[in-house]
Amino acid sequence: MCLAIPAEVIKLLPDDMAIVSIDGVSKEVSVALIEEITVGDYVILHVGHALAKINPEEARETLDLLRQMGVEPVEARP
Amino acid sequence: MKYADEYRDKELAMGLARAIRAKAESGKAYRFMEFCGGHTHAIARYGLEDMLPDNVRMIHGPGCPVCVLPAGRIDMAIALAERSEVVLCVYGDLMRVPGSRGSSLLRAKARGADVRMVYSTLDAIALAEQNPGREVVFFAIGFETTTPPTAVMVRLADKKQLANFSVFCNHVLTPPAMRAILDSENPVEIDGFVGPAHVSTVIGTAPYEPFARDDGKPVVIAGFEPLDMMQAILMLIEQVNDGRHEVENQYRRAVTGSGNRRAIDEMAEIFELRDQFEWRGLGSIPSSALKLRPAFAHLDAELRFAMSELVVADNPACECPAILRGVKKPVDCRLFGNACTPETPVGSCMVSSEGACAAHWTYGRFRDHQRRLAS
Repeated sequence: MCLAIPAEVIKLLPDDMAIVSIDGVSKEVSVALIEEITVGDYVILHVGHALAKINPEEARETLDLLRQMGVEPVEARP
Repeated sequence: MKYADEYRDKELAMGLARAIRAKAESGKAYRFMEFCGGHTHAIARYGLEDMLPDNVRMIHGPGCPVCVLPAGRIDMAIALAERSEVVLCVYGDLMRVPGSRGSSLLRAKARGADVRMVYSTLDAIALAEQNPGREVVFFAIGFETTTPPTAVMVRLADKKQLANFSVFCNHVLTPPAMRAILDSENPVEIDGFVGPAHVSTVIGTAPYEPFARDDGKPVVIAGFEPLDMMQAILMLIEQVNDGRHEVENQYRRAVTGSGNRRAIDEMAEIFELRDQFEWRGLGSIPSSALKLRPAFAHLDAELRFAMSELVVADNPACECPAILRGVKKPVDCRLFGNACTPETPVGSCMVSSEGACAAHWTYGRFRDHQRRLAS
């Protein structure tokens, strides 16, 4: 039930609805819980409702950090 | 899939595993509880435990909505569904959750009850509009992730003045469950929590502060992808090593400190706290669940159908209660894999893919077998 997925907003509809694309599959969902939404935003989709917007800057920074962790030598502890 | 695939990179996972092995001090035990069933599923699915050193152990928590719903509430839903005028709408995970005496909504449906699986709360609204002669009831369950969608549905039903629609509300809250784990008799030893991902997109990071500040337990909120989990475990190890106990946010791309204000306000307007609520495995916990506010009482199925509270005992052989508290593992239950499998679940932890037993049955038991062969 908690396994929400990232989805791209491709069209805004009346009544707080929107069409989103999940890997090319389109679905009509509610965006009533998101304050400001524009086409091109990525959202966390859960039981037919967008719960949160994904922040692209933060996503990139997390990945950069993960890459650094993978290549930088870590000092072994005793 | 953007924002998912890049967090499943094997090479990066290997790098994180190396970092974890280097940071975990030998001779020290690290016991972290992943509260959320989504994390339990990810750990089992991606074999993350195999990438951790022996002294870093993950303990499964009670954050699986289906698993913590007591059999009595399932029996109440079945009784409701068996009324001839009722169409009961449920999320799919609920269909096979055992009630008392081997009953389930799936069996009730087979006997003729009108039970419909829906993907979204909006599907339930549409059903009510399409069937004006039937009483459409939505079986609402889940933590703070599924509660805002229910709130949106209640407001919409009220606005549309749907006289044939109501909600059987079973929404529960994450912080009281974490508190119950820590305050239970003979609690499991925990050195930190992996905080839930999508619950936190709604409630933010602030509600976890008391566990860090007052209980001295580090909390790291993590996304559901394997790299998210690995990074969160590394952050927890670093906190333990440094003697820190703070709330940290690994899932910064979707979680903010204050959460989703619109969702929080919507929940506050539609719901109020119940005095007590029965949880499977944790018993009755005060102020841990929600009911509709008096302004929306006309949409409350428990009032409309005069539903009486049912409390039924779990199968005494089932270890789900201890597994939900993190005290036991699925393999400690003698029913696991024998009488209890995903096809014939005896306990709730074997029903949802997020349940500890179902996750271990689907992904973990093969590694158990390989370990036995190796030893």
